[in-house]
Amino acid sequence: SLCKSVIYGIITYRRRGQLAALSIAAVVIIVGVPLWWRTTETYRAWLPVSQINELSNLQLQLSAEVEVVFARGTVTPEQQKKVPLTQIQDEEHTVDEDTALRYRYETKYRTATIMEEDALNQPTAAEADLSLHTLSESPCGSLVVYVIPESSSLLPEDMDVYVGQRRTALLRIGAQMRVGKTLDQLLAHLEPRIKQVLQVMSFSHTDISAALSDRVRLSPGNKESIADSMRTFKSSPGYEITFSLLNPDPKSHRLHWDIEGAVQTYIQPLLTKLASVANFSIDSQTLYYAMLGVNPRFDSSLSAYTLHSDSLAHVINPVEARLGSNAASSNPVLNFLLYVPDAHHSPLYIHDRKKQEVPSNAFHSPRWGGIMVYNVNGFYGPEAVFPVDVNINMAKVMGVFLAQLRLLLGVQSSTAPSGFLVAPCGSNGLADWELDRLMWSRSVENVATATTTITSLAQLLEQIGNIVINDNIAEQVSSAVTSLQLAVAELETGNLRFALQYSKEAILASERAFFDPSLLHLLYFPDDQKFAIYIPLFLPMCVPILLSLLKIVSDARQKRREKQAKKD
Amino acid sequence: MKILTLLSLLATHLSASSVNIEENAGQFFSSGHTNNWAVLVCTSRFWFNYRHVANTLSVYRSVKRLGIPDSHIVLMLADDMACNHRNPKPATVFSHKNMELNVYGDDVEVDYRGYEVTVENFLRVLTGRLPPSTPRSKRLLSDDRSNILIYLTGHGGNGFLKFQDSEEISNVELADAFEQMWQKRRYNELLFIIDTCQGASMYERFYSPNLMALASSQVGEDSLSHQPDLAIGVHLMDRYTFYLLEFLEDIHPSSKANMNDLFKVCPKSQCVSTPGHRTDLFLRDPGSALITDFFGSVRKVEITMETINLTEPIQQVEQNFVNEERQKETYSYVDQLPVSEIIHQKPKQKDWHPPDGFILGLWTLILLVFFKTYGMKHLKHIF
Repeated sequence: SLCKSVIYGIITYRRRGQLAALSIAAVVIIVGVPLWWRTTETYRAWLPVSQINELSNLQLQLSAEVEVVFARGTVTPEQQKKVPLTQIQDEEHTVDEDTALRYRYETKYRTATIMEEDALNQPTAAEADLSLHTLSESPCGSLVVYVIPESSSLLPEDMDVYVGQRRTALLRIGAQMRVGKTLDQLLAHLEPRIKQVLQVMSFSHTDISAALSDRVRLSPGNKESIADSMRTFKSSPGYEITFSLLNPDPKSHRLHWDIEGAVQTYIQPLLTKLASVANFSIDSQTLYYAMLGVNPRFDSSLSAYTLHSDSLAHVINPVEARLGSNAASSNPVLNFLLYVPDAHHSPLYIHDRKKQEVPSNAFHSPRWGGIMVYNVNGFYGPEAVFPVDVNINMAKVMGVFLAQLRLLLGVQSSTAPSGFLVAPCGSNGLADWELDRLMWSRSVENVATATTTITSLAQLLEQIGNIVINDNIAEQVSSAVTSLQLAVAELETGNLRFALQYSKEAILASERAFFDPSLLHLLYFPDDQKFAIYIPLFLPMCVPILLSLLKIVSDARQKRREKQAKKD
Repeated sequence: MKILTLLSLLATHLSASSVNIEENAGQFFSSGHTNNWAVLVCTSRFWFNYRHVANTLSVYRSVKRLGIPDSHIVLMLADDMACNHRNPKPATVFSHKNMELNVYGDDVEVDYRGYEVTVENFLRVLTGRLPPSTPRSKRLLSDDRSNILIYLTGHGGNGFLKFQDSEEISNVELADAFEQMWQKRRYNELLFIIDTCQGASMYERFYSPNLMALASSQVGEDSLSHQPDLAIGVHLMDRYTFYLLEFLEDIHPSSKANMNDLFKVCPKSQCVSTPGHRTDLFLRDPGSALITDFFGSVRKVEITMETINLTEPIQQVEQNFVNEERQKETYSYVDQLPVSEIIHQKPKQKDWHPPDGFILGLWTLILLVFFKTYGMKHLKHIF
């Protein structure tokens, strides 16, 4: 009986071991593995990936409305009956495999009203433009072209087109249309010329493809377009403008500049008009004992000091270190410096490459700002008592700075084609059609940048499975996608103002999502490091479990074999 | 006949030389960048790594001399050399023996110092994912027309670089960071210089366009230090950076030296290690890239041809000095730390971690159970 109890003890002992191994294995598999999975999961909020993929294939349509008004003497009475009519033209361009552009021009033809005829009878084109504007105001993004007879005296002899300050243009009909031709021939004659006007006043393919540079790295076109794209600041929600007065010689000159008044009168109107494009903040400072860093050469023939254009590039760096900027914002800064040369180096003139004097006496650097040299030696004679009080002529200074500001913001277009007479911009420094041009290219640029940002963010998040996607990032991405879709829709219908607004919202949301500080953790977990972490934890635990399970299985098999043997 | 050919040759020669002048004028457009940035990182701390700080500061000085302003330089240093108690000449960091050249001076602007130099901050600076409260001087505000110079020095190994003796950055992370910069168009061209042991391994994994990389040694080689100074008691510079600086001393802002000259710096005879470089991702020919495209900041300049004729007189800014004084905005400092929030805050819900020794206890428990059930002598049944 002792033998029996020992045998029973051995059996129950073994059975207990088997049950222990099985239950531990069960706990590990049923409780442990899911627990480990849930606790090591990263939180990834849902992203609208399918919509983002749709947006990566960008099909932009830009619509512009043109109204063509025939003045008396351009159409015969029978033709007048067939006019008014509307034509729609589409122009397709494929930029690359992901981006396609379509330009839609909706042209409405009509004849001029009596009031418009009176306006067109003014002596000069500028006055005609002004009185036409008082009659009606064209909405943002549209154009009105008045076709005037060849005999009209509004334009000088060699000019065929006058581009006004608002959204109107005067087009002189060609000589070959003098004898009565059919309406179709007239329209065919006008079509390329109206298209040329549109390219100047609305959008042109070069501008739009330059605006897409974020999406598409285009091979450089002509030198002018490269210079334009390098010079203008990229689209940003805000800019900072700093005006600095550099006085290297306070012992001789005591300078007074009414910067507040000048900014209010000359610069602020432009910035108010551009308020839909970006926010601007302006500040000013005076720097004393700030030298140029380049020694000007004395030219005895002019009895003045000269700065050659080659040495201008080295002027900016020594000064820039002292300029400072607003630490709070990360907006791009435009610096405008007014340098008054010291008494021993006055007057100072800038010479261009051909050794000619530059009338503005100023130069600018792409994506940085401008510097103007203002000579004050003419304000006092040799017997003056130093320091001399000098009042700076802010109108002249601001004229130069305003021109540089227009160039740097991308408002100034490249030279107009021959035969075009462009009116000087108005008192607020910006013609309406220039604003439209800027809005077109900014909207397209914003849409292009936002789509690239969103698509690359989605790609990045897919590639790196370990990044945590918080709810706020998902929210920003969704709102960016919605704004982008709205912006593209508004561009299609031609509502330029809304398109710009939506595109700005899209950019803000996409940048906020892409540059969120939380997207940095857990960037890189190579697989071998993962194994190195888990093996010391789980292997010692799993080896006994697995081996005992195997033992159970082999024991069970052996028993079955014994039973088989017993049966036989 | 001969005269005609001679004349035509002369004419073509003249037109070619005039095209040359045009080209010189058009050098403006060859590099495609309008501003320069530099990110200089020294990844070591402690007194015996004096030479890494001296390396970084010397490159900082050269880059400033050639024109890049402080606002465009992000300098990350452990910065515990100048005021270290072991420094026999406090407030100085020398880069040449016999205390010839003090590279610390009084206008060094260190943006990240001490314990702020971490892998996380470095990657945040590169990718731009900084918290909104970061000041402008600590950000890399580059755009698609910026050329960036990145210089790293410290202790490294095959595929990693050690930061401050406590963490590492791997070459894959660096390559991914550069790819994210490219995706967001944060650079036009990037020059990456690394002076560590086995430095070439750090640029092996780059895959973004427009990157050029130089390293002081190949995989499997160590970069050696150069000048020990007996008075200070440590090595002052590394060899590669020493000869790199000698090369840069000859460069001035209008120099036309190009990248091929930079690749010849510090041959094996001087450096003992073999410097390497990588240009396959760079789209331009390295011979056409000037040294000053990355190390200096030569501004492109255009003459302003047009002005606007302003005729209105300046309107006086409205001043209301009627009975009451003009309402002045009161300014106050923004709280650096939200103190009231912190002291009244409930303790933050931290992620739950298992208690210490949990894993050890778990092993012990499991092993105990098994040995109890099977007994030590019955171990042979298991194994």
